[in-house]
Amino acid sequence: MVSEVVMPQMGADMTEGTLLRWLKEEGDSVERGEVIAEIETDKANIEIEAFESGVFRKALASEGDVVQVGEVIAVVAGSDDDISKYDGAAAGAIKQPIATASAAAERRPDGALAAPSEAATTSAEMPERAPEPAPPAEVQQPQPSVSEAAPRPTNGRVKASPLAKRIADERGVDLGSVRGTGPGGRIVKKDVEQATTGAPAPAPQPAAAQPAARAVERPAAAAASPAAAAPIEMSKMRQTIARRMSQSKREAPHYYLLVDIDMTDAMALRKQINESTTEDERVSVNDLIVRACGIALQRHPAFNVTVDGEQYVRQPLQNVCIAIALDDGLIAPAIIDAGNKRLPAIARESKDLVERTKGGALKVEEVTQGTFSITNLGAYGIETLVGIIQPPQTAILGVGTVMEQPAVRGAQVVVRQMMKVALAADHRVTDGAQGARFLGEIKGLLEKPVSLIV
Amino acid sequence: MAVVTYREALRQALRYQLQNDERVFLMGEDIGAYGGSYAVTKGFLEEFGDKRVKDTPIAESVVVGAGIGAAMAGLKPMVELMTINFSLLAIDQIVNNASKLHYMSNGQVNVPIVIRMAGGAGSQLGAQHSHSLESWFAHVPGIKVVVPATPYDAKGLLMTAFDDENPVIFIEHTALYASKGEVPEEAYRVPFGKAELHREGRDVTLIGYSGSVHQASRAAEDLAKEGIEAEVLNLRTLRPLDVDGILASVRKTHRAIIVEDDWKFGGFAGEIAAIVQEQAFDDLDAPVMRCSGHDIPMPYSGKLEQAALPQEHEIVELAKSLV
Repeated sequence: MVSEVVMPQMGADMTEGTLLRWLKEEGDSVERGEVIAEIETDKANIEIEAFESGVFRKALASEGDVVQVGEVIAVVAGSDDDISKYDGAAAGAIKQPIATASAAAERRPDGALAAPSEAATTSAEMPERAPEPAPPAEVQQPQPSVSEAAPRPTNGRVKASPLAKRIADERGVDLGSVRGTGPGGRIVKKDVEQATTGAPAPAPQPAAAQPAARAVERPAAAAASPAAAAPIEMSKMRQTIARRMSQSKREAPHYYLLVDIDMTDAMALRKQINESTTEDERVSVNDLIVRACGIALQRHPAFNVTVDGEQYVRQPLQNVCIAIALDDGLIAPAIIDAGNKRLPAIARESKDLVERTKGGALKVEEVTQGTFSITNLGAYGIETLVGIIQPPQTAILGVGTVMEQPAVRGAQVVVRQMMKVALAADHRVTDGAQGARFLGEIKGLLEKPVSLIV
Repeated sequence: MAVVTYREALRQALRYQLQNDERVFLMGEDIGAYGGSYAVTKGFLEEFGDKRVKDTPIAESVVVGAGIGAAMAGLKPMVELMTINFSLLAIDQIVNNASKLHYMSNGQVNVPIVIRMAGGAGSQLGAQHSHSLESWFAHVPGIKVVVPATPYDAKGLLMTAFDDENPVIFIEHTALYASKGEVPEEAYRVPFGKAELHREGRDVTLIGYSGSVHQASRAAEDLAKEGIEAEVLNLRTLRPLDVDGILASVRKTHRAIIVEDDWKFGGFAGEIAAIVQEQAFDDLDAPVMRCSGHDIPMPYSGKLEQAALPQEHEIVELAKSLV
């Protein structure tokens, strides 16, 4: 049986990936589920597994190639199968000799990430830094065919004329999505104009509506003074975050529910567990929250939904994403099937997930199949965090720090360990009352934490 | 309108000045009995006498210095230095005296001198008579640098040069003296600092002056056959420079190539390129390019001389690489 290995799409906005490394050579036997390659996307390094067992017969892409999503990169087949139709074929690769390894290394977080065994898994969402909106043109624009695609440097710099940059800026076109036809692949005026043809030109953004990130990074756009700072191209990861977060804010009408959760009992339970367990099963506050969300999502499946235009899909597994801060951005890989996993498994897997995110070795499903997200800035002492939903998910729980607060219990003021959480949910598919019940479930589970371990 | 040569157009301007302003007189090497090495002043000695048309020894610094003195004393001298290379012998008078006196005297002294010389190559005159040193003069504040491309420019700009109260370096092109064009018989003036839109286009601006305007025009004709509409700008004066005119054209076509006979390294084209990118960066769809002469002393051999000068096909290729 002949099985094609294709460049997977890790997320709706991924159009190409870099083949970092083959882990098999032609002629090696391959088991179904075995990791055969490592690829780099805008967000992470990901391992690709074989879908079928057989022999790794032919590699159609070389290490370092940038390959369009859906292109065949290898053929796995029986040793006698006829694969002659792949002779002379090569994945539509854009050769990019620039070291991808260094690009990957740059994305790896340094010690800024708190250890996962700390009170909460370090994670971040940055709602106040909503990036520049992605243009409608990008959605409508056909992907350039591979043979025509001009080379693009891997350092994230797009080669465009000053005029093309100005027009793209005025029209809100992402130059990363425009194919350059000028000398050396330079994006010139007509390329940007063609990219916007057929798409409604967005109205100019009023200055006050310019997102903060842009104001920070591109002050020169408004300043005529030669001493003004030069604009800085966003990294690929930043561009991806910018696109996805803008898409979310544009398409998903968010509503927000905030509640205080009394974590006193949960903290005590955690202490007890951690006194009697091995290092790798030590539980963080975030693990408790993941577990609570997993259970709550099972009981409130309306929040375990992905949205696609005017349709939505109730997902069978509760794949809970945890946002992990990196040097230049963040990534939120999923703990698969968190709804059915016990606390020790969640504790183990979340540590592993953080480690592998640092090392850039996430699995495909971890990056693509999340159904709900948690973002937690508790480790930074943040009290309240209101997140932005990760498309195509429906909800995100923002988690603040656990702090001692006065609380009234039976006419007495007592000190309790309180934690503020904020649910941001998509009003297209859920309503506030549903959200309140869902959030109440999470609160109930955490305030009676024995429910998390039975 | 009469069609006359560039040489004749210059003669008309000089004759008008001699006839109409008693303060005007001409001096230079061989301008009298011989009629000027390019025959611009032929017959003037007989017509105006040796008080108005003076032959001088081969002593450029002295000639220019005497001219500056005469100008300071109220006359309007025109000094001819034959070839621009020879002007280097008078560079101290030009740069250290003529250009500065108005400023250093707080405006009490003007130096209304016109210094004519021939620049450019293409006439097989060898490395010591064939260079384009206009950028040396254009570098100096206080002097105006005029570079006519056509007979019409030559007459009108030379008329304006005599109106100027301070020194004007008037650089004619050796290969253009016999070129012809329509020139009004009456007196007229072409203002300094105002470029001529020599040919309209939309795809690329070819910026030229003096001889290079014609190379650019021929290249534009070739480009038109390939569907590229080049705009040709004739600068007319390098100082003052029509910055607004250059920017307006670049903002229209979004691309610019500067064509000049001068050496590329440190040449005037570099100044224009810098101005364009400083002031019209966001209007550029391609880098500003230069099509300049090669960085060698001008060869005597006709073929080598042409090879050292910018050629139409080079302009065409550059333009195609930008569009």
